[in-house]
Amino acid sequence: MSGHKMLFSGLKLWTSGRSRWMSRLPDGCSPKVCIVGSGPAGFYTAQQLIKARQDVEVDIYERLPVPFGLVRFGVAPDHPEVKNVINTFTQTARQSRCSFYGNVDVGTDVSVEELRQAYHAVVLSYGAEGNRTMGVPGEDLAGVHAAKDFVGWYNGLPSCRQLRPDLSSETAVILGQGNVALDVARVLLSPLDILKMTDITQPALEALAESQVRRVLIVGRRGPVQVACTVKEVREMVNLPNARPEMVGADFEGVAEALKDLPRPRKRLTELMLKTALEVPGEKEQQRRSEASHAWGFRFFRSPVEILADPERSRTAGIRLAVNRLEGSGEGARAVLTGEVEDVTCGLVISSIGYKSLPIDPSLPFDSRKAIVLNNMGRVQRAAGLYCSGWLKTGPTGVIATTMNNSFDTARSLVEDMDLGTLDVSVVKPGSQSVAALLEKRGVKPVTFSDWEKIDRVELSRGEAVGKPREKLLTVEEMLQVARS
Amino acid sequence: MAFVTALRRVAHVSLREYPWRTAAVTSAAWLTGQRGFTGGTRSDNKVTVNFINRDGEKITAKGSPGDSLLDIVINEDLDFDGFGACEGTLACSTCHLIFTEEVYKSLGPVTDEEMDMLDLAYGLTDTSRLGCQICLTKSLEGIVAKVPESVADIRQSQDGSS
Repeated sequence: MSGHKMLFSGLKLWTSGRSRWMSRLPDGCSPKVCIVGSGPAGFYTAQQLIKARQDVEVDIYERLPVPFGLVRFGVAPDHPEVKNVINTFTQTARQSRCSFYGNVDVGTDVSVEELRQAYHAVVLSYGAEGNRTMGVPGEDLAGVHAAKDFVGWYNGLPSCRQLRPDLSSETAVILGQGNVALDVARVLLSPLDILKMTDITQPALEALAESQVRRVLIVGRRGPVQVACTVKEVREMVNLPNARPEMVGADFEGVAEALKDLPRPRKRLTELMLKTALEVPGEKEQQRRSEASHAWGFRFFRSPVEILADPERSRTAGIRLAVNRLEGSGEGARAVLTGEVEDVTCGLVISSIGYKSLPIDPSLPFDSRKAIVLNNMGRVQRAAGLYCSGWLKTGPTGVIATTMNNSFDTARSLVEDMDLGTLDVSVVKPGSQSVAALLEKRGVKPVTFSDWEKIDRVELSRGEAVGKPREKLLTVEEMLQVARS
Repeated sequence: MAFVTALRRVAHVSLREYPWRTAAVTSAAWLTGQRGFTGGTRSDNKVTVNFINRDGEKITAKGSPGDSLLDIVINEDLDFDGFGACEGTLACSTCHLIFTEEVYKSLGPVTDEEMDMLDLAYGLTDTSRLGCQICLTKSLEGIVAKVPESVADIRQSQDGSS
């Protein structure tokens, strides 16, 4: 470009934030945003930023060598359509103004402060990697797992590879009645013929093939009208081959009467549970149920008080549950202890009571009760240039679409700040260049998106060989090996 | 449902999967260029649909009989944020559209599968449908479909905590 053209471009820079000339200027002049975390929150935020301003460059940092977060490691293997969002994320990653840097641990390899110095804005979208604990004695016994870890195990999350859940007892008890609890129940009880056609990991498949688990109880503190799961997932349980529902009719007292006041979604869900619990099915279904070798059921009005150990083997032998009654009704109903307890024999306890975000940097304003970064519409409080999206922003509930809207919202706040000058993007920032230098000095080698695509191709072809959509690589070492090949 | 889905996969039956997306990416530019073209016999096959976007603007687009309303949004590159996240596989509620009572009735019965996902849509009404499940016929010529606000699936709990 001739000197004259540069000057002209320079003038355009200052008169119009959206000038297309800006994308042809040297790196120093475009607004640079860094996103920490490459799950749905990270990618949807990136997508919206790139769309809203022609000059923004976005770098996404991810701790693992592979992107997509819970879409890869959380969504159940038998829900492949939910993972279609990966296609739109891939399109975003392949945009020239978007770069992916995997294998970079923000907080360890590079600090949030260093990122804030290198970029005009930093968006924290690293989700929730911790668990809410039950806080009961025996929680650390062998045989007790957080749902997040069990799900991570069957989905190939490297840190959960050594879980080795013991599937040798007849009954498994799941605490919590959200969709994650139902995913766990469904994976424990699904016929192997179905699971083996999914991207569930090979070790999980082998363990489930040997599983002795025949009965799964899904336990909640409150009643049927308060369940956090949704109708599609309950219907999947009802229709699960070779499994029959076993519920306690008394748990549904008063529920039929409450139906008429419920909004349609809650009404349909409750009707389905009511029907499954109380209605005598037709002959064919009765036959199917009597022949089923597996059973599942909701258990209501029960809270865990202790995991009971088998003294000889110091592992789980049962769970003690407190019996509750409900005070109030609807969403605000509260579980109140009655003083009664009930012991259930079981060898596997899965606690599915919620994920939890962790503060990766002590300087972040963090609400430890809600486990979120304190923010207003995605703008981190008392921290100019720092934003958050996804579960870190609102708490660990909601599906991909929820996170999508939440991320669009944060992107809108950020773009507004850039447009109005609240965020000064006229100052030149080095962006990935300075971060790359820091990482190199520290011996950290990022994985690019095309490196990930090599991993992707290996997984796809290994999967094809065994009739699965993909065969996931299970260790960071293997992923890096393929990435560098 | 997981089992039905698995069965479909085994039978290689694709329920609105994304081959059209690849086509859309490569031919979107062509389609954009062609949007104003109305002459010729080919357009006699087309069905016009009017979308009202989230800003209240009317966007008119055409599709072929058999196309779903989601197909039109994708093929015509209509700019509705986050529309059709799961690519028409009944795994989300982001292609939520609202119709008048009259049009809704003419769209026919809703399957349990669609209803289950529709139940999660923000701003659900009695005349709501998922766009990926509505296929064009000549009788739907000129219908109006409103794209509602898309804040939050109801699977997000009210107080933001789990």
